[in-house]
Amino acid sequence: MVASSSSLKLQDLIQEIREAKTQAQEREVIQKECAHIRASFRDGDPLHRHRQLAKLLYVHMLGYPAHFGQMECLKLIASPRFTDKRVGYLGAMLLLDERQDAHLLITNSIKNDLSQGIQAVQGLALCTLSATGSAEMCRDLATEVEKLLLQPSAYVRKKAVLTAVHMIRKVPELSNIFLPPCAQLLHEHHHGVLLGTIMLITELCERSPAALKHFRKMVPQLVHILRTLVTTGYSTEHSISGVSDPFLQVQILRLLRILGRNHEESSETMNDLLAQVATNTDTSRNAGNAVLFETVLTIMDIRSAAGLRVLAVNILGRFLLNSDRNIRYVALTSLLRLVQSDHSAVQRHRPTVVECLREPDGSLSRRALELSLALVNSSNVRAMTQELQGFLESCPPDLQADCASGILLAAERFAPTKRWHIDTTLRVLMTAGTHVRDDAVANLTQLIGGAQELHAYSVRRLYSALAEDISQQPLVQVAAWCIGEYGDLLLEGSCEETEPLQVEEEEVLALLERVLQSHMSLPATRGYALTALMKLSTRLRGDNKAAILEKIPLVERGGSQADEEAKESKETAQLSEAAPVPTEPQASKLLDLLDLLDGPSGDAQHPPPLDPTPGGALIHLLNLPCAPPPPAPIPNLKVFEREGLQLNLSFVRPPGTRTLLLITVTATNTSGGDVTHFICQAAVPKSFQLQLQAPSGDTVPAQGGLPTTQLLRILNPKKAPLRLKLRLTYNHFGQSVQEIFEVNNLPVETWQ
Amino acid sequence: MIKAILIFNNHGKPRFSKFYQPYSEDTQWQIIRETFHLVSKRDENVCNFLEGGLLIGESDNKLIYRHYATLYFVFCVDSSESELGILDLIQVFVKTLDKCFENICELDLIFHVDKVPNILAEMVMGGMVLETNMNEIVTQIDAQNKLEKSEAGLVGAPARAVSAVKNMNLPEIPRNINIGDISIKVPNLPSFK
Repeated sequence: MVASSSSLKLQDLIQEIREAKTQAQEREVIQKECAHIRASFRDGDPLHRHRQLAKLLYVHMLGYPAHFGQMECLKLIASPRFTDKRVGYLGAMLLLDERQDAHLLITNSIKNDLSQGIQAVQGLALCTLSATGSAEMCRDLATEVEKLLLQPSAYVRKKAVLTAVHMIRKVPELSNIFLPPCAQLLHEHHHGVLLGTIMLITELCERSPAALKHFRKMVPQLVHILRTLVTTGYSTEHSISGVSDPFLQVQILRLLRILGRNHEESSETMNDLLAQVATNTDTSRNAGNAVLFETVLTIMDIRSAAGLRVLAVNILGRFLLNSDRNIRYVALTSLLRLVQSDHSAVQRHRPTVVECLREPDGSLSRRALELSLALVNSSNVRAMTQELQGFLESCPPDLQADCASGILLAAERFAPTKRWHIDTTLRVLMTAGTHVRDDAVANLTQLIGGAQELHAYSVRRLYSALAEDISQQPLVQVAAWCIGEYGDLLLEGSCEETEPLQVEEEEVLALLERVLQSHMSLPATRGYALTALMKLSTRLRGDNKAAILEKIPLVERGGSQADEEAKESKETAQLSEAAPVPTEPQASKLLDLLDLLDGPSGDAQHPPPLDPTPGGALIHLLNLPCAPPPPAPIPNLKVFEREGLQLNLSFVRPPGTRTLLLITVTATNTSGGDVTHFICQAAVPKSFQLQLQAPSGDTVPAQGGLPTTQLLRILNPKKAPLRLKLRLTYNHFGQSVQEIFEVNNLPVETWQ
Repeated sequence: MIKAILIFNNHGKPRFSKFYQPYSEDTQWQIIRETFHLVSKRDENVCNFLEGGLLIGESDNKLIYRHYATLYFVFCVDSSESELGILDLIQVFVKTLDKCFENICELDLIFHVDKVPNILAEMVMGGMVLETNMNEIVTQIDAQNKLEKSEAGLVGAPARAVSAVKNMNLPEIPRNINIGDISIKVPNLPSFK
């Protein structure tokens, strides 16, 4: 007898789905079955409806849509058969939650089921109500549930009690209905009902101070129940590993905590029992430990005797050493709860807590970190920071951010000296720079800035750190800032607090240049480096800013070479005069450098090559890492000429960086027609690095109008012979022109 | 409060899930995936508690899990639950399933997944612990199953008849019964599937 697929049993459907080899196949099977189910729903077959819905709920669990079963749930719930109701209520919990429009429609069915006598059915209704009952539903059905609290069947009573808890959460005013029955319910012997009752009372007390006051009267009764559980036990059926109903014990202990908090009398009533539980509970099994932990937390939360508190914290300390990791975890969690209120007691266990940092278990080390950070104070800050730094170096990445900010925060609060503070922050930035918060940079710069006596020390340490590693952005930013501000102190000589460090100017500038050009540097970092370079241009020369502004010469167009020369030598003379004595040696060092760069002419006072653009000298100035005397001149080169369009190259080798060459490409147009859409591109051999900056424009106006210039930066680390190819594209006289050529006759000074 | 109870296998395939808070279906799936991702990364010798997880791990919540053979049982709870207590609760749950299915294995869970919510409903209700006495739970389940069977009554009669015949131990029926001169051929009983 072959069953038609519309009455396929659930097991068969499961089997078919399992046999599908691909996702697509599975989808196919399920879609086919859903079609059958839909048809069956339409036909309204009441006998098999529950089976169809069961299958639908199964495919729903697999992630397929099942909303078309909503109405069927309602029909099944309304059916008189338990089989139907069972699946129907389950479906309702899955498909008819509060957000569905049809949700309210189950209210009537629930009402009926609550009041008709079969306890299994009442149980179903209560279960659904407690799982998905909306506020409106709870209001409607509160009195029904209240009646059930007095039902003869303990099964129904226990479910009704828990449903009441849910109802109070949804509609707090219902507390008024459910408070009175509690007194009688506490006399229950059935553990399930008792458990629910304790939870109900707990919920009521947490919501209302009046309820709290009311239930304090029951503390003696609660103590009695707990004592009976602990000593003789109500029933062996509820024992777990020899502990009598630990779930109930734990719940009672929680309630006692709430009732005894800030209340002397209640606390006193429970004191003896708590002491008894704390000392007599068998800790060899998990159940006993669960009770013990709850006891400890209760002792610490109420107004307990001092001796008892000490006992409690010691229990926690012992648990920290337990070989069972679960116990250690809960111990750490509990200590964390106590660290504010009983700080000194918890401090005593600091060494053990710090040990837990070394745990390979992520959950444990996370807790240990939280607790360690909470235990840092002014007397242990040095030792603790040491431990935490060690942890930072090896901890899992998801904890690094918390650890780093924790250390920085602790350092801010408890730093014994400014130097220690700087050192600590520096170490954090070096270890976990990428994980620190954004304000770390600002904080450190402010810290250093405010500690004048430590400027020299800071700049040296930061310089050394930067020289080793330019990848950690916050560190690079602070270091760049510091070098910019205190670069003069860096070059000065020795500082007692650090090892002797001889730093040359070029090294500093080269380092900052490296930062500028590194692909790892963020735009903000480059900004810091640029600013530092600009600051150094004054600080290393010893002049103040006003002087550099003064020095920019006004280049007149067509001014004679001789005039230029005279002006320049006057200015350089001014320069040397203005320099205060201590920086004299630096100035002369620069001039020495220039002598090296210079060719046979040996005259360092040559003017810069005449540049048709007025901003030419300005460009030179800004491009140089430090202020000129004028760089050694390299003759200009005319590289291209066609129909009045002329291309000239002028070269600058900035002193201080022997591998850098700056080329300015100048395009002039003496013809009668404008040159438009002018683009100049350049290519160099592989070992070179080329950077093309944006041109001043793409139009070279006719008849000697304003020329366009473009700057090329070429790095030649291998000091290989320079070769340069240029590609020009432009429109001139209505024609588009493209020219590609190699520049010949490049002077050797461009690369030697 | 218990926020969710999840059972999935070593490969992350969900075998059962129950949510006690109204999450959307998409969120539910994400939670299952994320929970598996977190739990599967854990070593064997670590504690059974996990924090974190963006969806279900809001400040208060944690995951408490136990690994039995090919299945992970994960309870997501908030801080009002005792961690060690939940560990014991998982144990009770598994023991109860064991009793109801007679030595439960993953295959049982696959083919009888419709029975699991009924069992769980006797233990946890509305996110709160209802009953922890295994015998009580099993007794209730048995009573309910009996109720279902008795209801099957008339409707189930044909199916029950068929299975009764299948189980009948039919003695060897001779193919030919000789009563004097008449030869009656006994037809072969059709095989029932």
